[in-house]
Amino acid sequence: MDLMNNNLWRVKVGLAEMLKGGVIMDVTNAEQARIAEQAGACAVMALERVPSDIRKDGGVARMAAPRIIREIMNTVSIPVMAKVRIGHFAEAQVLESLEVDYIDESEVLTPADDEHHVWKHGFKVPFVCGARNLGEALRRITEGAAMIRTKGEAGSGNIVEAVRHIRTIVSQMKRLTLLGEEELVHEAKELGAPFELIQWVAKNGKLPVPNFSAGGIATPADASLVMQLGAEAVFVGSGIFKSSDPAQRARAIVKATTHYKDPKVVLEASEELGDAMKGLDIRQLEEKDLMQTRGW
Amino acid sequence: MTIGILAIQGDYEAHAKMLDRIGASYTYVRRPEDLKDVSGVILPGGESTTHLKVMTEEGLFDSLKQFASDGGAFFGTCAGTILLAREVHGPTQESLALLDVSVLRNGYGRQLASDVHLGQTKLRSEPMEMVFIRAPIIESVGKGVQVLAEDAGHPVLVRQGKILASTFHPELSEDPSIHEYFLSIANDAT
Repeated sequence: MDLMNNNLWRVKVGLAEMLKGGVIMDVTNAEQARIAEQAGACAVMALERVPSDIRKDGGVARMAAPRIIREIMNTVSIPVMAKVRIGHFAEAQVLESLEVDYIDESEVLTPADDEHHVWKHGFKVPFVCGARNLGEALRRITEGAAMIRTKGEAGSGNIVEAVRHIRTIVSQMKRLTLLGEEELVHEAKELGAPFELIQWVAKNGKLPVPNFSAGGIATPADASLVMQLGAEAVFVGSGIFKSSDPAQRARAIVKATTHYKDPKVVLEASEELGDAMKGLDIRQLEEKDLMQTRGW
Repeated sequence: MTIGILAIQGDYEAHAKMLDRIGASYTYVRRPEDLKDVSGVILPGGESTTHLKVMTEEGLFDSLKQFASDGGAFFGTCAGTILLAREVHGPTQESLALLDVSVLRNGYGRQLASDVHLGQTKLRSEPMEMVFIRAPIIESVGKGVQVLAEDAGHPVLVRQGKILASTFHPELSEDPSIHEYFLSIANDAT
């Protein structure tokens, strides 16, 4: 656990702590970044195309152009994150040289390596990674992810997968708190995660890093739902800039995330919004079109 | 005595955990009515632009100013210090202007400049751990402001009357002494 007991690790997790209770918004240019910041986003995620466009247009989705990321960094004062392909440590080196504040090793982009994720402890810049279950989350933390986000199904505008993933992780963690040591050894094998991390979760009932939710959040009530289920902050991708009213919707989702336990405020936030993004029925998607199954 | 912790966004739970440890009672502040019955308010770390935006929308901005003029105590960490400052640069933004300092946001640079230092404070003789995360720099302080700690030539812990502010995050360390110090300030306020 020495990798997780040093000052660099603490400031990586520390920045994730500062983002809790907030909304991180996907943006593709400086103008969108400005709208997100003015609406109260606690950070922005710079990417080439939002997930729903990646889904529609196809082709290889890569790290965004450094020029665009730099323009976004020069435009807003909040933290700027950017995505790299799973396993593409050279893209990550580029983003670290660019001095982005967080790197998302993301299943939304086309994977560069189908066996290995980036060894994130080797970087000074912190990483966030997606996960669908506890084993996956703990493997990413082993590699050095300082923040986990449940994957959901990006670009779908459908909350069902985000709900499935946060419920899965929370219930797997609850279960561990009830088990004896010998059972935890078995769980380590079943979940494919290091025993030391399994033991830590069993003792604390939570992940050793902040756990956020992503992939399908499109409305204020969606944000409130995943926060009530145990997410500590939300990522909104296509949900904002694919809606009919980005600035207003962004503000509404920020408000609902702060007051997620207060239905009256979530109601206020939901009023006078235009149309949400259209959204997809996950059951109509073919296996090859799912983003959540990328990575392991 | 109850402490209010501004809970719009950020590391408010880390402050709550610290207050739990030292046996202080607290409540989360999200709307003006949450300030009723509290003696001091903690403005936590997080994103000051987000806090400012939501505070203004909820009418909390004015209530917090009123709370100060009624003699309430404040403790700001990082983003909280930005909200308390008289003047904010990098970029310029509105603030509660309760503390006579001028601050530069992200003064050390981006996340890669975040770090943990050991520094001397005037609170005790042993050094104290200071966790800096995308921290602001206090560029200048007014006459009535007492500098309680400096790091790399800049004030990092300051006090003016009932207002205490740090550019680092005592809530992310194990050491409760700065929170204990704030409780003594808030206690005098009541």
